[in-house]
Amino acid sequence: MDARGRSEPTLMKNRTTLERTSERELVVTRTFNAPARIVFEAWTRPELFKRWWVPKSFGLSLLSCEMDVRVGGTYRLVFSHPASPEPMAFFGRYNEVMPHSRLVWTNDEGGEDGAVTTVTFEERGAETLVVMRDLYPSKEALDAAIASGSTGGFSETFEQLDVLLVNSGASAERP
Amino acid sequence: MILNYMVQYSTSRLDASFAALSDATRRGVLEQLGRADASITDLAEKFDLTLTGMKKHVGVLEQAGLVTTEKVGRVRTCRLGPRRLEEETAWIARYRQLWEARFDELDKVVEELKAKERVHGRKGKK
Repeated sequence: MDARGRSEPTLMKNRTTLERTSERELVVTRTFNAPARIVFEAWTRPELFKRWWVPKSFGLSLLSCEMDVRVGGTYRLVFSHPASPEPMAFFGRYNEVMPHSRLVWTNDEGGEDGAVTTVTFEERGAETLVVMRDLYPSKEALDAAIASGSTGGFSETFEQLDVLLVNSGASAERP
Repeated sequence: MILNYMVQYSTSRLDASFAALSDATRRGVLEQLGRADASITDLAEKFDLTLTGMKKHVGVLEQAGLVTTEKVGRVRTCRLGPRRLEEETAWIARYRQLWEARFDELDKVVEELKAKERVHGRKGKK
């Protein structure tokens, strides 16, 4: 498309799959058209990681991103959203760091119910298959994460809505 | 979890269950039932409400399809309704969209790194 003569890679988007593979686990897969070392680099260097982890279309801003990618090292990400009264922090620890092939980290913001995330990078020819698994400590923990994302977790938004409904007189029933 | 923070502020779900969910107690009841089924009496105690008050909340949730109840003997047991199962499917779909959006951005980063490597690779860096 451009005048540089080099043929730009056709950006045929690879498919992203997501599946609840068991009562406790969610699995995301995606193939990238690059060697594993490059994909791995984009997951482990903060200045690269922060460019893709928070997609623009989701309206969030990443306020800070600290990642100490080594076994026992910690990470901390802080997000804000115009609709959210408070920024929110996500943090945890890297349990495994195997260059170009495997990362394991904890998600500690949810306390004991937090998942452990395992990402594997598997090179296949010129491509790399990335498999990300979120393993929850129990079925209840994953159910609760889903439930809070579906309804309960909307609480702050709904609290604002409560106010809105009351003010507009649309709330039929208040406790 | 990260997705829930993203999703909760990025999708507006103005549907029939909205009114049912616009109440803190009812949201609490749903979270509670997500962990385990419970009788109306259990719920009333947990949320410090009268039996009548809790019945009313459960009634609203039931009408919205978020909860089903079943009376066995003198006890009315509440559990999450079919609507909640649809929500799990919807949640999974949204979570997939989030990852898709991330990975589309990651593609760009990866392409950039590849391009850089091509340039540096040729500068005799072996």
